[in-house]
Amino acid sequence: MNIAVCAKRVPLSGGRWELTADNLDIDTSGASVGFTTSPHEECAAEAAVQLVEQLGGSSTVITLGVADSEEQVRSLLAVGVDRGVIIETDGSEWDPQATASALTEQIKAGSPEGAYDLVLLGTEAADTADFQVGIRMAHALGWPVVTNVKGMTIDGGVARCERAVGSAREVYEVTLPAVITVKDGLNIPRYPSVPGRIKARKKPVDTVIIEKPAARLEKVRLDLAVEEARSAEILGTGVDAVPALVEIFKNIGVL
Amino acid sequence: MILVLVDHDRGVLDATSVQALTAARALDSDVEVLLVGAAGRDAVAELATYGADTIHLAVHDTLTDYAPLASAKAALELVSSRSPRGIFTTGTPRGNEVLAHIAAILDAPMAAEVLSVTFGDAGVHEVVRNRWGGNLTETARVHNDLLLAAFAPHAIRAENATGAGNVTEFTPNLDAADTAVRVIDRTGGAATGVGLAEARVIVSGGRGVGGPEGFDVIEQLADLLSGAVGCSRVVTSNGWRPHSEQVGQTGTKVAPDLYIACGISGATQHIAGCRTSKTIIAINTDKDAPIMGYAHYAVIGDAQTILPELVAATRAAKE
Repeated sequence: MNIAVCAKRVPLSGGRWELTADNLDIDTSGASVGFTTSPHEECAAEAAVQLVEQLGGSSTVITLGVADSEEQVRSLLAVGVDRGVIIETDGSEWDPQATASALTEQIKAGSPEGAYDLVLLGTEAADTADFQVGIRMAHALGWPVVTNVKGMTIDGGVARCERAVGSAREVYEVTLPAVITVKDGLNIPRYPSVPGRIKARKKPVDTVIIEKPAARLEKVRLDLAVEEARSAEILGTGVDAVPALVEIFKNIGVL
Repeated sequence: MILVLVDHDRGVLDATSVQALTAARALDSDVEVLLVGAAGRDAVAELATYGADTIHLAVHDTLTDYAPLASAKAALELVSSRSPRGIFTTGTPRGNEVLAHIAAILDAPMAAEVLSVTFGDAGVHEVVRNRWGGNLTETARVHNDLLLAAFAPHAIRAENATGAGNVTEFTPNLDAADTAVRVIDRTGGAATGVGLAEARVIVSGGRGVGGPEGFDVIEQLADLLSGAVGCSRVVTSNGWRPHSEQVGQTGTKVAPDLYIACGISGATQHIAGCRTSKTIIAINTDKDAPIMGYAHYAVIGDAQTILPELVAATRAAKE
């Protein structure tokens, strides 16, 4: 089975976000800002590696982002994904339609081992939260899609998918080829081993450059959320604060 | 006219999905609602109490349970026959999913995590939407006549109003492929206690809880407050708790009346999953932890020593 994992490099802040002077982007120059893969897309990569271990085949991570996205791609290769493809951008954002269309072209092109049977990606990107790229890809490919998946098994070309609804789970079944979009908690991604990291350096990562279409969901500006300024009322220190906590439980009607 | 997609689960109205109806009614006096599946009839009376006047009910032999593509196809028939200027949903998993199918079929842009909408002329509308789970907001232009908007859950409080609740049934044109992806079974449920997403109170633990045994008191406190247990990502990564309990932007997003964060420093993605809670209490040794910028109340100290006392005092207060 040939599996594509679409994963996105997203900024990660250890503190408050800062914006660039034109209010169009997150200021990533500060020491407290780094980059990571969307956490649930680490789960998607883990699922792909497990499925290939189980059923054979190949796994490819595809990302749309700046050249530096290679850092995130290599980290997924280090946990066992076979190769990477970077659709390289100049750092400006692609809207969800443009993103889906660029990723779809890579799926249609297939892997060196043959056509893809399964595309795994996050239900939404952790930063832009558009909730649509996987579904758009499925329509462009003519494949079925299940979203918000927190549990998945594949048997005989059929994926059985579970998604959490309250305290229960809904079960869906879908015949491959299919697109499955996942949530964090699908599995617990393994940490890359040292041999894994060394192997990852030698795995192939291709770069593709295509023209960026005009945005139809066009970012005008970003702002820091207003509530950022909130600061907690300190009720006390240690167990001395317990009566004040119980008082709050009473006041807000949960006791 | 704005068309609002309201969801129900086997006839039980999804109260969160009604928030989009309140959003639409604030913008337009002409609002119509779509319910999909014959079981939706059972949700009509309650839906009318949120001001729904005109309700379209899509009924079809194959619509026996939720099937996202079929719901989208039903909505598209109303796009043709009723010509709405917008389709609104609440961005629940189903709301986002059905709207994205509509967007994909129409090859139209869609805005998710929307906080507010301004309809414009000449097919350009403006939306304000959340990014990073509400840590940032984005102002964006949507270039399409028909505005497809999924509102951020709990960004708007559903308001009651008297609606006529007039139901018009129609049978959408569906083929087998439209219901190929559908709910075929359910597992778990009531037996597992209060679900995270619907809990009024969540007691959540992080690294500062110390280990899996530290969750005993968290469970006790959650029980006393009729709430659910949550946790941070590091807790599931360490195998202390099942990942079904993980609160976060990409885990389960929650908005309870009370969120108690015990020994959780407040990583971006965790905050993004709980920031719209009505009241947040943080118990943490570090008064400068990021969670303090989001909590309404804080206790500085070790959760492992405070929680047993808090459980005892809460139990005493209940008796």
